[in-house]
Amino acid sequence: MNIFSAILVGLKEVWSHKFRSFLTMLGIVLGVSSLVALAAILNGMENGMKEALIAMGGLDKVLLREQPVPDYQEHLADQAPGRTLRDVYALMRNAPLIRVISPEMGIQDAWVNRRGKWVEASELVGAWPAVLDMNLHEIEYGRFFTPLDEERAHAVCVIGTGIRDELFGSPDEVGHEIIPIGEKITIRGQLFTVVGMFKQYESERDHKQRQLAKTQPKQTQTGPPRRRGHGHQNWAFRRKNYTMYIPLSTMWLRFRAASGYNDTPDPKLTDIDLKVVSLEKMETAMQQARNVLMVTHNGIEDFTFGTQENSVENINQAMRNARLSGGIIAIISLIVGGIGIMNIMLASITERIREIGIRKAIGATNAAIFVQILVESVVIAVLGGFCGLGASYGLVHLLEVLTPAQNSPVISVHAMALAFAFSACVGVVAGLYPALKASRLDPIQALRYD
Amino acid sequence: MALIELRGVSKIYRVGEEEIRALDNVDLDIQEGEFISIIGPSGSGKSTLMHILGCLDSPTHGTIQLDGTMIQNATAVQLAGIRNRKIGFVFQFFNLLPKLNVLQNVELPMVYAGVATRERRDHAMKALKLVELENRSRHRPLQLSGGQQQRVAIARALVNNPKIIFADEPTGNLDSHTGEAILELFHRLSQEGRTIALVTHDPEIAAVTPRRIEIRDGKIARQVDAKLAGLDRIRPAAPAVPPAQ
Repeated sequence: MNIFSAILVGLKEVWSHKFRSFLTMLGIVLGVSSLVALAAILNGMENGMKEALIAMGGLDKVLLREQPVPDYQEHLADQAPGRTLRDVYALMRNAPLIRVISPEMGIQDAWVNRRGKWVEASELVGAWPAVLDMNLHEIEYGRFFTPLDEERAHAVCVIGTGIRDELFGSPDEVGHEIIPIGEKITIRGQLFTVVGMFKQYESERDHKQRQLAKTQPKQTQTGPPRRRGHGHQNWAFRRKNYTMYIPLSTMWLRFRAASGYNDTPDPKLTDIDLKVVSLEKMETAMQQARNVLMVTHNGIEDFTFGTQENSVENINQAMRNARLSGGIIAIISLIVGGIGIMNIMLASITERIREIGIRKAIGATNAAIFVQILVESVVIAVLGGFCGLGASYGLVHLLEVLTPAQNSPVISVHAMALAFAFSACVGVVAGLYPALKASRLDPIQALRYD
Repeated sequence: MALIELRGVSKIYRVGEEEIRALDNVDLDIQEGEFISIIGPSGSGKSTLMHILGCLDSPTHGTIQLDGTMIQNATAVQLAGIRNRKIGFVFQFFNLLPKLNVLQNVELPMVYAGVATRERRDHAMKALKLVELENRSRHRPLQLSGGQQQRVAIARALVNNPKIIFADEPTGNLDSHTGEAILELFHRLSQEGRTIALVTHDPEIAAVTPRRIEIRDGKIARQVDAKLAGLDRIRPAAPAVPPAQ
C-alpha cells in the first residue's frame, strides 16, 4: 500500500465523518491561527518599537548622562562639575572616535504662543547644527542656524510640523501646505522668528493612510471646524514633530542667564549626545570618551553613557519574552488539538476493529495498518493546519482593524511555516499511539469483535 | 508432496493454572486441488485449526508445511505475506468493508500485494466475472443481497489466485436457497482445480465435499474420503442434498 493511496484512504475517512473531523480539526485550526496571529502581532509591535527607536536618533546615538557620584567619591560630590561645553570641546579635540557631538540646553514648560494660540513644545532646546545629524532631523523649509546666529545669539527658531499645525493650522485641515518661515512667535514672552521647519515625521503606516486620505474626496464638514486626526500617532513621531530648536547661545543668554548660583548664568547642559564613527567601535569610543571626560571632570565620575544598543537589547529581550510566553500558549493549544486527534483516532480504531481484522486477514501487515492510521491522523492535522493558516490570515486582518496604528500586525511566512510544521508534527505524535494499538490487534480477536 | 502438511500440531491456551488443548497433536495432509470440509461442533477446535491453517495463528507445538515452506516459526510479516498471496478467506459474515464499493473490496488484497492500479482493476473485474457480479462493481456491499455479498467475498478471496481458500461457515448467514447457490459456486471452483476447505458445524453442508474431516476435542475424530472409498464413482457430482441418515 503506497503512501499516496494511504493518504487517499485517510481523506476518505475524514470525509465520511465530516462533523467529527471538523471538530477535531478545530483544535489544530485554533492552535495554528493563534500561533500565526500572535507572531504577527509581536512583529507589528517590534516594527513599531524599532521605528520609534530610529525616530529618536538611530542606533549609534549615545547619551552622556549625569549620574550621582559613586560612593567612594561622595566627599567630592559638591565639586562635581556637571556636563558643560568644556566637555564638548574636549571631546571634539581629543576623542576622534566620536563622530558627532551635540550639546543641548533645554528648559521645562516650553509654552509657545502666537495670536492667542498656545502650544507646549515637546522639547525646547538650544542646540548646535550637529543636532540635525544627531536626531536625524531634516529641514524641509527654510534653514537651520548659521554660525552668526550662534555667535550673536539671534532670536530665531526652527520648529516641527506639530507646532506649525497648532499655531498656524494644519495642511490636512485647510488642504494646502502652510510654510510659516519669517513669522514671529513668542516663547515664554520673548519674540522669536521662525527660520526653518522640519519635515513631517510619521510611521510608514501613517504616511500611507495620509496619502490615501488625500486621494479620497474631502468630506463636507458640518458644524464648527475641528481637527480630524488619524487617531493614535506613535508617541516617538509625535514628540519629534513637536520639537523646537533655538541656537545654544540664545538659550543660554535668554533663558539661563540667571538660573545658576547667585543669579549667574548656568553653564550646565541638559544633554550631551554623541555619535560614534561605527557601531563596531562602540566600546573603544566609549572608553576614549570616558578618559577625556575623567580629565575635564577632575576624576569625579558624575557621568555615564546610555546607548541605544541597550534599548535594542531591551526591545529584543521584551520581544523574546513575549514570543516565548505567547508561543508556549499557542503550542499548548496545538498540543490540546493533538490530544483531540489522538482521542478521535482511538475512538475511530475501536469502531473499526473489525475492519482492521479483515484487512489483516487478507494480508495487511502490521506496518501497513500502522501507516494507515498514522496517515489518517496526519491528514486531519495537516488539513487543520491548512485551515488554520487561512483562519490566521483572516484573524490578522481583523486584528489590523482593531489594534492601534503603530502596532499593526505583520504576518510572517516564517511563523506560518513553523505553525504548519508543528501541526504536522502534532498529527504524527498524536497518531503514534492509536496506530501502534491498531497494528498490534490480534486478527482473530478483531474478526470476532462486534 | 501435499500442499499442506500438519505434523503433531497442538495449540494450548493457558487460563490461570488450567491448560486448554484447543488442538491436540493433529496430523493432516491436504492435497492440491482437494475440496474438503472440516466439521465439528462449536468448541471442538475446528476454528483454531482453520486459524492455524490460514496463518492467522501459530501453533504451540508441531510443524506446518505450506506449499513447500515450513511456516510454524514464521514472523508476523511473513504470515501476512502468506495470507495475502497463498490464502483466501471467506467468512460467515461476509466481512466486506462497507465504505468501499464492490470493486474496491475485491481489489483490496492486491493493494497489500503492491499490484499496480490498472492491473488491479483488470484482475478484480475478472474475479467478479467469475462470481457473475461484474455489473455490480460500483455498488456498495450493503446495497447487495446476502448471497451477492458472499459472492463478492469469494471474488475477493480468489483475486490473488491463492493456493487454498478457507470458507468459515460460508452459508451460515444465508437462507438455504442462496446457501445452496454458494455451495454450487464452491463446487464449480473446485472443479476448476482450486483447493478449497469448508469449515462448518453442519453435516449437511459438509456432505457436498468428497473429503470430510471431523474434529472433536481438538483431535481428528474421523476422516471420510469419498475418493478413497470409491464413492465418487457412484456419485460423480456431489449432490447438495445429504445422503439419508
